[in-house]
Amino acid sequence: MTWLLNNLGLVLGLTADHARLSAIPIVVGFAASIPLGWFASRFPVARAILLTVFGILFTIPSLALFVAMPLILGTKILSDINVIVALSIYAIAMMLRGAVDAFTSVSRDVLQSATAVGFASWTRFWTVQLPLAGPVLLANLRVVSVSTVSLLSVAALIGKGGLGYLFTNGYQRAFPDEIVIGIVFTLLIALVFDLILVGIGRLVLPWNRRTKATRDAGLASFLGSFRRAGASA
Amino acid sequence: MNFFADAFAFILDPANWAGDNGIGQRLLDHLRYTGLAVGFAAVIAVPLGLLIGHTGRGRSFVIILTSAARALPTFGFLLFIVLLAGLGLAPLIFVLVVLAIPPLLAGVYAGLESVDRVPIDAARAIGLSEWQILGRVELPLGFPLLIGGLRSATLQVIATATIAGYVAQGGLGRFLIEGLARREFTLAIVGAILVAVLALVVDGLLAIVQKLVSPRGVSRGPARPRTRSVPPTRQLGRRTPITEG
Repeated sequence: MTWLLNNLGLVLGLTADHARLSAIPIVVGFAASIPLGWFASRFPVARAILLTVFGILFTIPSLALFVAMPLILGTKILSDINVIVALSIYAIAMMLRGAVDAFTSVSRDVLQSATAVGFASWTRFWTVQLPLAGPVLLANLRVVSVSTVSLLSVAALIGKGGLGYLFTNGYQRAFPDEIVIGIVFTLLIALVFDLILVGIGRLVLPWNRRTKATRDAGLASFLGSFRRAGASA
Repeated sequence: MNFFADAFAFILDPANWAGDNGIGQRLLDHLRYTGLAVGFAAVIAVPLGLLIGHTGRGRSFVIILTSAARALPTFGFLLFIVLLAGLGLAPLIFVLVVLAIPPLLAGVYAGLESVDRVPIDAARAIGLSEWQILGRVELPLGFPLLIGGLRSATLQVIATATIAGYVAQGGLGRFLIEGLARREFTLAIVGAILVAVLALVVDGLLAIVQKLVSPRGVSRGPARPRTRSVPPTRQLGRRTPITEG
């Protein structure tokens, strides 16, 4: 505790860094998986290609992807972009399957009814399909959020890991308390992000109750042909 | 792109495969860590998952455990345990086992849960014992998802064994860590390529196993709502996950 009080500035600075570096990929992953997921739910060929490509990218261990990023993107090794792009790829990979499931789970009868009463396909998507897919999308987004926050700390090995710095520094100084503080603050960020997402969900999906589909999204993210525990190292 | 070319040249040079710090030895180490960890984890997670899946009790335990595991930063957990327990094979394997258990458990449990109740009730009605139901009905039908959990767990362990190169002396992660520490970027890329290829190959092999063990007729897992070519009469009886609207 004394260490925490003496180094509060450092810890809070790293926490802010950590929140920023993980928030961007979460938003990017969500924003990208909506059009991609819709596209994949419409066309089986696109679905097969997209899920395979992101499945393969998701298989690559994060440290390998972090290190390869500067070469692929032509960025500097210490640039934030490397970590943000790598985590965005994982976020899309985690989110995409859920988005496809969410869009296909909307009953065809409902969609056909919407068409029948005169919705154009663009308005139908925004006013009928997307809101109905909302609960499943939100459940998957919460999984992505927690996983991204925890995954970022690995980037400490390339000098961009937010609170992960406390892990490497604590290890080098043989000071376990510092590592524990890093873990606790990482969990706090994950918790705050989750509460924010649940709050947003209450606002934009006021009709949403806990259904089996949303409850299972967390569990389901561990399974399937390409889904993997997000807190992968 | 030069780095990639150099890295491939490094990997293709047989001289770099020999010796204690060669690619061969580190690849074997990596596989040994992964095999040991997944093996121990399976010994714990499979019976537990079968128990929870068969009885249906302890469902919330699985969900809480998997959520908690996802939130835990693996890198911090690894360094913490190694710092307390010392740098040996046992603490490293312990960390990897702990990380492999939740996805395995979730896979076994979800595999059993995905099995339709009708064949289970039918099996019980014709007089099969609980063990026979588990072994002859639930397990074969739930096997694809179980292997899915095994794939998740294995990838998780391969990835964590990579960052374990920060503390451990073996494994392919050493190339990455040494490369980063000595600012020899080619060496780091060598590590990145080797680890990525290892993960892809192992996952591909397990994917083939998953295909092979899927009983015909349930190869796609539990019945999913179809979007096309289902006659309207069949759609009427279909349950959709979302009932609002």
